[in-house]
Amino acid sequence: MKKILDIKNLTIDFNTYAGRIQAVRNISFSLYEGEILAIVGESGCGKTVTSKSIMRLLPEATAQVNNHSEIIFDGQNVLKLKGKELKKIRGDEIAMIFQDPMSALNPTMKVGHQVAESLLIHTKITKKQAFKEAVQMLKLVGLPMAEKRAHEYPNQYSGGMRQRAMIAIALACKPKILIADEPTTALDVTIQAQIMKLIKTLQADLNTAIILVTHDLGIVAGMADRIQVMYAGQIIERGVREELFYDPQHPYTWALLRSVPKVSQKSKSQLYSITGTPPDLLYPPKGCAFAERCEYCMPICRKDPPVETIISKTQSVNCWLQHKDAPKLNKPSGLKGVIHGQSL
Amino acid sequence: MDNHYDKFVLVEYLQKYFRVSGKQKLKAVDGISFYIKRGETLGLVGESGCGKSTAGKTILGLHKPTNGKIIIDGQDITKLSSKEKKQFTRKIQMIFQDPYASLNPRMTVSDLIAEGLTIHKMGSKDTKLRKVHELLKLVGLNKEHASRFPHEFSGGQRQRIGIARALAIEPEFIICDEPVSALDVSIQAQVINLLIKLQKELHLTYLFIAHDLSMVRHISDRIAVMYLGKLVEIADTTNLFENTLHPYTKALLSAIPIADPHYEDKKQSIQLRGELPSSINPPSGCTFRTRCEFATSACAEKEPKLIAITNDHFVACHQVTSDK
Ligand SMILES: Nc1ncnc2c1ncn2[C@@H]1O[C@H](COP(=O)(O)OP(=O)(O)O)[C@@H](O)[C@H]1O
Ligand SMILES: Nc1ncnc2c1ncn2[C@@H]1O[C@H](COP(=O)(O)OP(=O)(O)O)[C@@H](O)[C@H]1O
Ligand SMILES: [Mg+2]
Ligand SMILES: [Mg+2]
Repeated sequence: MKKILDIKNLTIDFNTYAGRIQAVRNISFSLYEGEILAIVGESGCGKTVTSKSIMRLLPEATAQVNNHSEIIFDGQNVLKLKGKELKKIRGDEIAMIFQDPMSALNPTMKVGHQVAESLLIHTKITKKQAFKEAVQMLKLVGLPMAEKRAHEYPNQYSGGMRQRAMIAIALACKPKILIADEPTTALDVTIQAQIMKLIKTLQADLNTAIILVTHDLGIVAGMADRIQVMYAGQIIERGVREELFYDPQHPYTWALLRSVPKVSQKSKSQLYSITGTPPDLLYPPKGCAFAERCEYCMPICRKDPPVETIISKTQSVNCWLQHKDAPKLNKPSGLKGVIHGQSL
Repeated sequence: MDNHYDKFVLVEYLQKYFRVSGKQKLKAVDGISFYIKRGETLGLVGESGCGKSTAGKTILGLHKPTNGKIIIDGQDITKLSSKEKKQFTRKIQMIFQDPYASLNPRMTVSDLIAEGLTIHKMGSKDTKLRKVHELLKLVGLNKEHASRFPHEFSGGQRQRIGIARALAIEPEFIICDEPVSALDVSIQAQVINLLIKLQKELHLTYLFIAHDLSMVRHISDRIAVMYLGKLVEIADTTNLFENTLHPYTKALLSAIPIADPHYEDKKQSIQLRGELPSSINPPSGCTFRTRCEFATSACAEKEPKLIAITNDHFVACHQVTSDK
């Protein structure tokens, strides 16, 4: 498969009155044509900052992207683009949808016109044609009564409908990459299921590559081709879906999987939970960032950051347990198994 | 047989209508009935807007019910004088979804937790402070936290403060309105563990409101499913998940994504058409029929009643009950 996006040594700091927040700490990853790559991790681990940096949406006044960071798209470094070139990439080639659709919608403009505007920026058609096509887009994303609704304003829409409208705007110019940052976190599970199915169908039809940011492992299980787990601004494990769910290597990945209640678990018994909280990114620890909360922490873990160990062609992990001198341990039980819901 | 006193909370045909724009009525809660035994957790689930919070707030006394009875510990609280009511409301507390919005940012943790004690004139300054320290310990925080302000805490910690605050006046019944929805999975587990532990230690009764079923399954003894102001199914937790009867419950359960790729690949999810209809003009007959794949013309005519299928499993669906 062809690489469509190549991110190298991405490092992002925020200058705040309290000091320098090291939000993204030297991460590298690629996105391949037509795939769904999921980025998972607890809030504050850097998922949104990573996503926004690809779109160059970070606040320029405070966000500082380190000089040797590269985001290569179509042979050029997105981080170096200016003005018109940047505008062409944003929206035309790469589009983004957010958790809160109101932040992306214009409250004073009819939804149909917003979709049409997105079409007009990137294709040479008349306004009338654009509006017609906009209605088609709104139909495609499953907006009920699209002809009528196209003439309404965002505040007349429900949360699910706004999410659909935002997806329509994002997809209007058939981007090569769609970045979806927690697109359904604020929605009901029933609507979430509809939106996820929609994203999957569109991805298959338009062959769009998708970066799906979420903290919900259930969504990841149903959607992702590949997964990378982030912790405290770093990628700590990556692999294809089967590897990460059925043969995870990092104690943090284990902990995430164990945190979800299982059907087999006795009701009202104590659920597994990760103790403590992620480290303060003003002063990230010098060793492994997870050491403080890790059940398997060894002295070396607090001293030096673990290097990346290659597990397979697709899987790798940053953990000292992979070192040849580390004790061999059995993975904890309770990683696998149907978690809730009905039997099939 | 259960005797009457087993039903610590008994809600009968509770209605709460809101008047909106002119003479229109929004039927937020439209005739729900259920009971909760002492020391038990009843889960209340359904999509947002179906009336869960309104039901909770009405039971708590924040809304005056349009109709119906709310009997707690044998007393119909809708019939109490305002003085009796104040005494009585000590028994009931609520924990809210948003640990940020529900705590006054200008009050210290200590004042926030002691507020209920002050309102109910319980204890001197010293005893109140001792109580605050006890409560902080109980919810897994410490004394040093007492003088700080809410913004200095993480989401999970703020929810702990909310729980300590609710526990201060020693309630017997706590309405938990989506207490973990805004939190990360790992933090959700911590808060749920705390609620389970407190229930065991203090013999608390919970109404646990949520819009998804992941944690609800773990914490609830029984679960009630709500749709557009009405209950469509109630059963003990095992039966609700394993012998699901109502098409809406089935759709809701199948919409929960499961963190297991093989399961997700095989899953035949039931997609619900469209969204929740308006509570101002609900569909005639069975309100779910507009989204139900099994709906027949009969469903538009008559409203289905909640009927017992087995001892502790009730469902309101013409299609299910006509098979019997
Ligand atoms: N504009 C900003 N100013 C300062 N810090 C920020 C800003 N945006 C994000 N951060 C910090 O960067 C880190 C990563 O945030 P984010 O990417 O939003 O996390 P996630 O999306 O994984 O929840 C957090 O510590 C957050 O507080
Ligand atoms: N104070 C109020 N005035 C008018 N309508 C209300 C009020 N509170 C809630 N509603 C309406 O009642 C219905 C149920 O709301 P709510 O109980 O908050 O649902 P849920 O908690 O299940 O999401 C919704 O249609 C909502 O808009
Ligand atoms: Mg985020
Ligand atoms: Mg609510």
